[in-house]
Amino acid sequence: MLDTFFNFGIIAAAWPILLDGLLTTLWLSAVVVPLGAVCGVVLAVLSTARHRWVRWPLIAWVDFFRAFPPLVLLIFLYAALPFAGIQLGGFGCVAIGFCLNTGAYYGEILRAGIESVPAGQMEAARGTGLTRLQAMAYVVLPQAVRNVLPDLVSNTLEVVKLTSIASVVALPELLFQARQAQSVTYNPTPIVAAAVAYFLLLWPLVRLVSRLENRAIAGRR
Amino acid sequence: MTNWQHFVATFFNAAVMAKYLPDIIDGFCLTVGLAILVVISGIAAGLLLAVLRAFGVRPLNWLLIFVVDLFRALPPLVVIVLLYFGLPSLGFEPSAFGTTWASLSLVLMAFAEEIFWAGITAVPKGQWEAARSTGLSFLQTLGAVVLPQAIRLTVPPLTNRTIAITKGTALGSVIGLSEILSQASSGVSFSFNPSPLTLGAAAYLILFLPVVIAGRWIETRFAWKR
Repeated sequence: MLDTFFNFGIIAAAWPILLDGLLTTLWLSAVVVPLGAVCGVVLAVLSTARHRWVRWPLIAWVDFFRAFPPLVLLIFLYAALPFAGIQLGGFGCVAIGFCLNTGAYYGEILRAGIESVPAGQMEAARGTGLTRLQAMAYVVLPQAVRNVLPDLVSNTLEVVKLTSIASVVALPELLFQARQAQSVTYNPTPIVAAAVAYFLLLWPLVRLVSRLENRAIAGRR
Repeated sequence: MTNWQHFVATFFNAAVMAKYLPDIIDGFCLTVGLAILVVISGIAAGLLLAVLRAFGVRPLNWLLIFVVDLFRALPPLVVIVLLYFGLPSLGFEPSAFGTTWASLSLVLMAFAEEIFWAGITAVPKGQWEAARSTGLSFLQTLGAVVLPQAIRLTVPPLTNRTIAITKGTALGSVIGLSEILSQASSGVSFSFNPSPLTLGAAAYLILFLPVVIAGRWIETRFAWKR
């Protein structure tokens, strides 16, 4: 049992490539989280437009990418687009896929946040002479972000977890490296080690999310 | 051939689509069945854990919190890969379907427990005390007074989480479960044409777009007035 799942010899041999994978996961998260957040802010701010020909297509866009499993989106970019002569490579596909998928989630959360800020805030800010964009950036968005902070943190956690699907397009992140090591050694220890690494990495974030969420649900009454 | 015709022949090739449509429909049925099973078992297990946690047995609660945190921290794909490649070493050969079902159920269980528990703790203590003093037992209070109020609070977050986890059925393709995505992918490699993937993408939209829109409606319907 110990030899099968916690084989120290295998951990000793495999830890350099697992560490490599862990660093790639961290680096990948550091790229895709800001990318998705920026897409989300753009979507959310645009969807405050009063004109229905702006708002409805945006809602359709967000729902479209929330309905689409991220793995399907990734495979489509990776396996179907080359037939149209578009070669994005593993990293390009992951970046674009995450921008579309997590951007839609961030956008939906931030839109709810912006709607929770009373209209008087915008009016007062405009009344002091700020432009619409300035009022949005300095007055409305900071309050909106604070109102939906639990959802934003929770979504960020989901995005970091989601980077594991990049293993499917052969991006050498933690899960991919662990599976490589597993197939070489015929032993599941590297995958157990990867799971432990994910858990240690993300546990603090899970605790934080659960504290913020409990406060949010209790505050609803 | 114009560019447009070339584009249509590549991504919307009717002959290729017609050939792989039955496979995609098979995958669609499998995905729907798996999704329904995951939703039922995941939410039921989550509710059960939340009720167990309400008893307030210290060591049991520590164990519950650890299990819940574990499956909230691990990416679902890691759970699937771990079970699929780890269990055979214990002399237990799980099927791709069973592995995907068990993994997604565990993940949904963890999130559902957390949401139900937050709902239970949001019900004011006075409700417990009033119900107990009328002579209801602990379980009666929980079932007839606290849970009905708690579950109302949990509907919007639970709906969104359930949709997000059910979409994970596509992850089964990684271990060879013949659901929509892997049917479509093998169609692409046999026909050397991406039309089966277009078809697969359409199948996912047919399945999940109504669910996402319904989720949006549920969110406004059950929203608590601030």
